Amino acid sequence: MLSYLINGISLGSVYAIIALGYTMVYGIAKMLNFAHGDVIMIGGYMAFCSTSYLGWPVIPSVLFAMTVCTMLGILIERLAYKPLRDASSLAVLITAIGVSYFLQNMALLIWSSNPKAFPNMVNLPNVVIGDIQISSVAIVTIIACIVIMIILTLFTTRTKLGKAMRAVSEDKGAAQLMGINVNATISMTFAIGSGLAAIAGVLLCTAYPTLMPTTGAMPGIKAFTAAVFGGIGSIPGAMLGGILLGIIEIFGKAYISTQLSDAIVFAVLIIVLIVKPTGLLGKKMAEKV
Amino acid sequence: MSNKDIKLVQLPSPNFVPERDKDKPLMLEVSHLGIDFGGLTAVNEFNIGISPTEIAGLIGPNGAGKTTVFNLLTKVYEPTRGTILLDGKDTHGMNTIQVNQAGIARTFQNIRLFDKLTVEDNVKIGLHNSIKYHMPTGVFRLPKYWKEEKKAHDKAMELLSIFDMQDMAGYIAGSLPYGAQRRLEIVRALATGPKLLLLDEPAAGMNPSETSELMENIEKIRDEFKIAILLIEHDMNLVMGVCESIAVLNFGEIIAKGTPNDIQNNPKVIEAYLGSGSINGGEKEGTLPDSSDASKPDAEQMSTGHLASPDAMIGGRKEES
Repeated sequence: MLSYLINGISLGSVYAIIALGYTMVYGIAKMLNFAHGDVIMIGGYMAFCSTSYLGWPVIPSVLFAMTVCTMLGILIERLAYKPLRDASSLAVLITAIGVSYFLQNMALLIWSSNPKAFPNMVNLPNVVIGDIQISSVAIVTIIACIVIMIILTLFTTRTKLGKAMRAVSEDKGAAQLMGINVNATISMTFAIGSGLAAIAGVLLCTAYPTLMPTTGAMPGIKAFTAAVFGGIGSIPGAMLGGILLGIIEIFGKAYISTQLSDAIVFAVLIIVLIVKPTGLLGKKMAEKV
Repeated sequence: MSNKDIKLVQLPSPNFVPERDKDKPLMLEVSHLGIDFGGLTAVNEFNIGISPTEIAGLIGPNGAGKTTVFNLLTKVYEPTRGTILLDGKDTHGMNTIQVNQAGIARTFQNIRLFDKLTVEDNVKIGLHNSIKYHMPTGVFRLPKYWKEEKKAHDKAMELLSIFDMQDMAGYIAGSLPYGAQRRLEIVRALATGPKLLLLDEPAAGMNPSETSELMENIEKIRDEFKIAILLIEHDMNLVMGVCESIAVLNFGEIIAKGTPNDIQNNPKVIEAYLGSGSINGGEKEGTLPDSSDASKPDAEQMSTGHLASPDAMIGGRKEES
């Protein structure tokens, strides 16, 4: 029971980290970046290449994956989304799906469709408490998630760039008139989201060590679900939504049905959205009369 | 109630302005400014000069194009015609951010604060470009981060003290009362370090005592920061009381310019506000309210005050809704 809970929190932490990328980008650019899941996959491949082919140690290869994904995130925003800044949200959505397929097929060309065995990035002994064994991967994942949450919260609330981000997410026009570079702020948000996606990619592939061009797709959609679940646009919402979703998934697998676990996850989402359409921590849009 | 009933602030001498700034180059020089939206000419042949420490007013009936002029000056809209010289520098080709950095800051007709941020953070958004550190410094909280944030905090508090709002620094901006939100917008605009401050209906929805306080503060801001102020306002007491020069806009074109006195007695202005019929309706009714007559408040003048500026009444009603 407890080990299920810890596994759930661990999986949920990964969802939470991915969901942050969705929610931050949505908050600031008001768009759903469906290519986010595939950035995770690229992050996984980068870490895989640097460790397996180049023989780099863990930390540098994670940093390498983060750097590549950060740049990829900025590049995607510049090339695909920035020209559509004033276009309808439907056009942006379709573009995002297009970018997603583009990344998947690029990965297919480069690394082929054969699954790669992801090296174990966490070479630490498992922790045994009483008769429960907790995998070190789970612990590292949870700690990484907590650290990221703290840094991100401090960043968005206490630094000028974080404040600029929140200002842009509230009122782009007013922010611009106060001298804030909205484009740079949006780029920065994509960069942060994609950097986090790389970390999520490494953690995900360490926990489930098969790497394919479609690896990012399902976690991407689940994390999107988590972001909506928690209230899209809200950073604490993404954290809460991600962790709850992970716990629900693991418990569903353990106690109900392995095959139905995904269905259970999405069923819970539907129920939450019926009861509270803005998500758990989403705020109602105040209407000015 | 309309704000017409209370007149507390003394008129500055209308002739004082040109004397003080006589030998200085203009802060803002706009010539032949115009913009078309499709076939509609919203603003045309807009010419105005504002000296470095002048308080100028832009008035006109609703829909005359006043806010459009502000949007042109701040490059929210790109002008179709004309030039805008700010402190002698052509702003052609600049975007909104560059214009702000060059020295134009503004407030909004419908308040546009960052409602979810605290009062202090709103001011710090204005200070954004004067806080100097990069992302890694912020993430790892290096010494420079603390130094710069401390500086920003002190500066924000100093700016908030103009309106005695230091106590509210921790409040969420959206929760402030209406008048305080308007004042915060002015503080936020000042935080960007402007040379020219544009105020879009700063007194809208304010009660008479708040308005008169605002008038004193507008002058205080001009004196302390040594900046030019251009304001749009429907409250004639405020406009006549605080502005040293006034331009009247109607259907996108300036129909009159001058001192408050000139404007009050200009038949074109009266016509624009009241319609052409009222020109013949007797002199008294056709005069814009004159705040220099504040010392002798008689009932008749008050009633004409209401009549003469229908917009002031609309401005007065906003606060009740």
